[in-house]
Amino acid sequence: MDIIHEIGKEQLRTDHPDFNVGDTVKIHYRIKEGSKERIQIFQGIIIRKRGAQISKTFTVRKISNGIGVERIFPTHSPLIKQIDVVRFGRVRRAKLFYLRKAKGKAARVKEKKRY
Amino acid sequence: MIGLIGRKIGMTQVFDKDGKRITVTVVQAGPCGVVHRKTVEKHGYDAVQLGYEEVTEKKLNKPKIGHLKKHNSPLYRYLKEFRLKEYKDIEEGEVFDVSMFVENEIIEITGKSKGKGFTGVMKRHGFHGFKATHGVHESYRGPGSIGQCATPARVFKGKKLPGHKGVEQISIFNVKVVKVDIEKNLILVKGAVPGHRNSIIRLRKEM
Repeated sequence: MDIIHEIGKEQLRTDHPDFNVGDTVKIHYRIKEGSKERIQIFQGIIIRKRGAQISKTFTVRKISNGIGVERIFPTHSPLIKQIDVVRFGRVRRAKLFYLRKAKGKAARVKEKKRY
Repeated sequence: MIGLIGRKIGMTQVFDKDGKRITVTVVQAGPCGVVHRKTVEKHGYDAVQLGYEEVTEKKLNKPKIGHLKKHNSPLYRYLKEFRLKEYKDIEEGEVFDVSMFVENEIIEITGKSKGKGFTGVMKRHGFHGFKATHGVHESYRGPGSIGQCATPARVFKGKKLPGHKGVEQISIFNVKVVKVDIEKNLILVKGAVPGHRNSIIRLRKEM
């Protein structure tokens, strides 16, 4: 397994800030349209982190025009230009799948106070 | 066709230059020495016998040691023959390593598939089984009828029926080489490769 973990080690990103499940983040994602490149921002709550090494991914959920939208980003993707943590969330579980069914007040995540 | 003997290490993914994820299989291959050179004059066909993974004398049986010593070769655990389509200037004692492969090259891989045990016809032969509803009873994954009645009064040979699946030689073609690491003797190929982790596989290319 050691050999596997060595693969793609030079592609690992070390420039991301620390982010955890429950945090609200802004993902600056590079989108290629023909020869043009532009940045798209996707803002939402992280509901899952999974995988290890180069295969690590996280899922961001947001409510867009009343419809829940989830997007999975590979953590080490070179297409992610930047990750901003907008708000730290205080959650008591590792996966926030309950947010999919929760409505209104129940669909909120408490803010974590950082001193 | 010449190539290398290698070992499947496992699967992972890498990002290509467009930032897309590519699923790759990591293979540790070579260095492989030419143990025995077969020629048209002597053996009726052109081939090279390659050896992989050097071991001590204790690990091999006497016939193999005798064969290897006869050709003044290092002691290899695995020996495989690669047939040559036409005469090539290769001599015994030559050593090949992963530097024979380059990125984006198309190669062939042969390995032994994972054992699946005794399986039914759906898994083994891709039969469609029966419907889950519409009055079907007690038969959802069966083969259906396996023949007629009084004529021929037997089941034809070769009829696809349940049985053992897996542990057979599988070759895959048009496999793309994603990356070659000469220092570590590693080669990354796109997609899956037959066999379990640490199984012995053969990589071949036209030369």
